[in-house]
Amino acid sequence: MANLSTPAIPLTGIDLSGDRRRLHRERRVRVLLAGAGLSSLLISVAIVASLIGKSISFLTNVDLATLWTTDKWAPRIGQFDLATLFMGSLLVTGVAMLIATPLGLGAAIYLAEYARPRVRRVLKPILEVLAGIPSIVLGFFAVAWIGPNVVENIFSQADAFSLAAAGIGVGILVTPLVASVSEDAMRAVPHSLREASYGLGARKITTVTRVVFPASISGVVAALMLAASRAIGETMIVALAAGAFGEAKYTTNVADVGMTVTAAMASLAGGTDQVAGGSGTGAGQAFNSLFFLGLLLFGVTLVLNMIGDVFVRRIREKY
Amino acid sequence: MSSPDITITREMTVAKAVSGKRVDAVGVGFQVALLLCLLVCLAFIVVLLGTVVSDGAGVISDRGTGFLTSNLSRFPERAGVAQALFGSIALALVVVVVAFPLGIATAVYLEEYARENRFTNVVRLNIRNLSGVPSVVYGLLGLAVFVELLGTDFGPNGGLTGGRTLIAGGLTLAVLVLPIVIITSSEALRAVPQQLREGGYGVGATKWEVTKKLVLPNAFAGILTGTVLSLSRAIGETAPLILVGAFFGTFYTTGDAGFFDKFTTTYTALPQVVYQWATDAKTEFNTELAAAAILVLMVVTLLANLAAVLLRNRYEKRW
Repeated sequence: MANLSTPAIPLTGIDLSGDRRRLHRERRVRVLLAGAGLSSLLISVAIVASLIGKSISFLTNVDLATLWTTDKWAPRIGQFDLATLFMGSLLVTGVAMLIATPLGLGAAIYLAEYARPRVRRVLKPILEVLAGIPSIVLGFFAVAWIGPNVVENIFSQADAFSLAAAGIGVGILVTPLVASVSEDAMRAVPHSLREASYGLGARKITTVTRVVFPASISGVVAALMLAASRAIGETMIVALAAGAFGEAKYTTNVADVGMTVTAAMASLAGGTDQVAGGSGTGAGQAFNSLFFLGLLLFGVTLVLNMIGDVFVRRIREKY
Repeated sequence: MSSPDITITREMTVAKAVSGKRVDAVGVGFQVALLLCLLVCLAFIVVLLGTVVSDGAGVISDRGTGFLTSNLSRFPERAGVAQALFGSIALALVVVVVAFPLGIATAVYLEEYARENRFTNVVRLNIRNLSGVPSVVYGLLGLAVFVELLGTDFGPNGGLTGGRTLIAGGLTLAVLVLPIVIITSSEALRAVPQQLREGGYGVGATKWEVTKKLVLPNAFAGILTGTVLSLSRAIGETAPLILVGAFFGTFYTTGDAGFFDKFTTTYTALPQVVYQWATDAKTEFNTELAAAAILVLMVVTLLANLAAVLLRNRYEKRW
């Protein structure tokens, strides 16, 4: 025991506490970096705070009964019918998902299961290019091409502007998102599952549809949730292509012009009525309604994103 | 006597069952359908580019660089994107100065410094949620914080940002891309092998020395790619700019204003001009000039992406 307590080399001669200046700098850097980490929390707080304040002043100054049954969103004359905007958002998102679900999933299955590495390297950038197109450009495309060439042929109508044209544009926008998230999920499915399926004599199509796809279903659900959230929050395509400026009537027909929550915000903020610069009680109320819509949008997309997040994590934990 | 016959029959039955049909028609059809999904995406890109080029090439070829150097105008033959081009580049500059250091610092904190505790998890969840918040909501944040709070209520002579100015727009876009910068930088930092850090600690370096001298240089390529991609996203964003008041209409910036003065005056940006022209009643504006402005916008984003690819190839490391 005595031997152990007195080591051969006396430690007292070596200073292991380190250079004080280096340690001080170390602490400063840590504080600085932690401050940066805090800034992201600050942003969330700022978002919620800026939305809630004006939303409350909107709700306290509006006749709550008129928020659902007046059949018209016309902030300039004080009509704030939320059902009009909700139905608009629902229709646009519905059309978008109708386009993006088959296209995105088809592309994902092909890239994950069928394409050879070399083919994949050539085809994958298609989706990356599509994902990189600014939404305002897709909005222009929706008015200039989708409206006249697709929507007018399907619904035999004369107007290039419609909720359907906007929905198709949004569908193109979210297709890459559906594809990339679900492709990641399918590639995460272990090879042993596929081999077991082939070992039982299953064909490729059976393996893909009955083994790989069900195994990656969490990721696919996540992809669709995230895409829906993105579609609901998309602004510029709808602001350009849905065709209603300033005000909109309630409609359930995708071939009609209409307005979504986001398009109403864009219209409130710029272009047709510059509410921010307006004066009088009506203008102030329209300005506040902007923040109320923002709060609703924030809440809905947050819920969808969080559900999507749970599903993404599930597939990561599984394999 | 009969046993060999039975064996042969059984083998034949099994062989027949196992070999299946030579051509799996359903399987091939499925594969073709999947490939078609990708090709439809490709077709969208081709048609979109075709539409934009056929609408916009006329203006570019007639006016040449005159389109890039002339200001906004009510007259289609005189209207150009000079102010918008400057605005977009200046906005990108603000994003680079604000979002990149802050985002990379946050990523370094989360990946290298933070302990795995509840606080870190909250920060991570928060960043993932922020990345899913619709861009138009960031516009509301910018309107409430950078335009109103910091613009008029705080600081000397009409606030820090001065209201609806370029700096307010730039800060809004910086906040918008911050989560993307953090997430992509985190991924790049995670890809640096642990042995490298251990080697650094082994020779007595402190955490910051290891981070600065070993981790960051080796994660540089990945961080760069992510940040430049987020930059091209910022250049293409329209909705937040409408809310924080990128100028809508015709304005004459003073050509003699100093470089820094331009950051605190009225401004516009390329996507904003596309939106303004696309919603104009005149065909020259809503088709030809809008498409020409889109071409300029896409060239600018393309250059940013090209720079990202080139820099990545220059600095990329394989482990």
